[in-house]
Amino acid sequence: MPIVKLVSEHFYNPEAKKLSWYRDQGGYANALKSIRDMKPQEIIDEVSKSNLRGLGGAGFPTGRKWTFVPRNTGKQVYLVVNADESEPGTFKDRYILEWDPHRLIEGIIICAYALDIHTAYIYVRGEYVRPTETLQNAIDEAYQGSVLGKQVLGQDFPLDIHVHRGAGAYICGEETGLLESLEGKKGWPRLKPPFPAIEGLFGHPTVINNVETLAHLPKIIANGSHWFAEIGCEHNGGTRLFALSGSVKKPGVHELPLGTPMHELIYEHGGGILNDKALKAVIPGGASAAVLACDESNISLDFDSCLKADSMLGSGAVIVMDEDVCMVKAAHNIMNFFAHESCGQCTPCREGTAWVHRILTRIVKGEGIPDDINALLDIANNMSGTSICALSDGAAMSFRSYVKKFTSEFEYHIRHGKCDIEQRLSN
Amino acid sequence: MSDIFEFTPENFKRFQEILHCYPRKQAAMLPTLYLAQQQQGCITPEVEQYVAQLLEVSLVDVREVLTFYTLFFRRPMGHHHIRLCMSISCWIRGAGQIKENLTRILGVPSGEMTTDGNFSWEAVPDCLGACELAPMIQMDKDYYGPLTSNKITDILNDPSHSHNHKSTEQNTKETS
Repeated sequence: MPIVKLVSEHFYNPEAKKLSWYRDQGGYANALKSIRDMKPQEIIDEVSKSNLRGLGGAGFPTGRKWTFVPRNTGKQVYLVVNADESEPGTFKDRYILEWDPHRLIEGIIICAYALDIHTAYIYVRGEYVRPTETLQNAIDEAYQGSVLGKQVLGQDFPLDIHVHRGAGAYICGEETGLLESLEGKKGWPRLKPPFPAIEGLFGHPTVINNVETLAHLPKIIANGSHWFAEIGCEHNGGTRLFALSGSVKKPGVHELPLGTPMHELIYEHGGGILNDKALKAVIPGGASAAVLACDESNISLDFDSCLKADSMLGSGAVIVMDEDVCMVKAAHNIMNFFAHESCGQCTPCREGTAWVHRILTRIVKGEGIPDDINALLDIANNMSGTSICALSDGAAMSFRSYVKKFTSEFEYHIRHGKCDIEQRLSN
Repeated sequence: MSDIFEFTPENFKRFQEILHCYPRKQAAMLPTLYLAQQQQGCITPEVEQYVAQLLEVSLVDVREVLTFYTLFFRRPMGHHHIRLCMSISCWIRGAGQIKENLTRILGVPSGEMTTDGNFSWEAVPDCLGACELAPMIQMDKDYYGPLTSNKITDILNDPSHSHNHKSTEQNTKETS
């Protein structure tokens, strides 16, 4: 497929983060066009027709999400930008914050105008200290240049943007956990309904969109929904930033049209498997997604195809594993993460992630017992659909896939008390 | 360390600016704790008391936030604080070896501070969001990677040295 750069065109250009440079390239013209020449409903319709999907992980159609916000309630509507990217393997939003913060700000203006929003918060994960500094500098410049403030781009439309720094909790990427955190509390996800669109931040209607999702808006306004929809595949408009990592020669962020084959990403854009080893497995959408074994891995990179493969495109984090990666240890690593990051609110998740981690720990240590495999699958069932947010479902989807697709490796560990791959490599 | 904590006049001004960003005082919790940590090095019980008073919340509201998040420290940390990412992508690329190296070079286990107070470090299970640099660490504000045993030694010997000091931007350029 041809290289199409919609949100990554300014990456690696140190000038792009400067307001003057961005404006020289025609930046903010689409925000101005939106406010001056378009009605809010026209923008919502364009975004709906573009098939832009939420690129944080859920893939929910952005235009439809916007229509859930009630009109004329008399309550101020908030926009919250989710820049808490913490799903293991994900680092794409960081590139937008670091290299092209004005594109995000322009997207925020367009969204805010479409939904009559006058205050936006950008929640950035706490570890992203440098990206946050870059973003804040861009916002400061935007205020000084009258791009933000009482009259956005000289128009009768006020907008304030505040940056809010998270403090190291994966669960705050979950949108209601994020809202709790933004309100100054621990990030325990909320029971839904009410959904944030109706009752979100400070009890007000709230739209929560991911960084990359918003960064697509200027080009959708510039070139139209049809143009954008045509770039992707059915129901999956446009491109996506894929964060490629693990056993590949060229890890990094690659922007590709939705619907690109997985092996094109790995072998062409990623340069192939590290040390020319054989591909063993791929995670298509962050640690929460089910792992795909090599023979099922060349799927179309779009939300719907990944669901059909019983996995998910999630955050677009593609993690590659070569033939030397032990899948028992990989599952153990991932469950160490989930056990650490479970917020502790719901029993099936809090206990389930911890038990699974303990069982996997003993299998890795060579102390597993034959019943452990059944126990793992049993716990996976009890962790699915039984908690307030999706962390538990994601964790269960993840480790269940390792146990089911690589059962023989688990059995070997349990039967022999050691790792078959380690033995092969030491011979 | 004095028993009573309060913001310096400069930080108090900054705190008041923070309050303007939110319709409710409690929402300023995380930025206020960050500001206090910046001033004091860690969040002591005295700091908790002070923040609770400033934000007009109970002490437990501060404590539960403090203990929920991982980027607030309740005891003093080293002059440089290192987080080694142990998450899946870094693990695939050899973070386990880097962990052994760091333990050996620093002479203290993960979670501890060197005796000279220069470094504290921890191997963290959460992904730091820079898997293209795997295996990687975050030292203070910056990301360093891809690491090898030699590079780790160089960085620790001279963390401020510009030619060793690799910001993510320089690194992402390299890997592009």
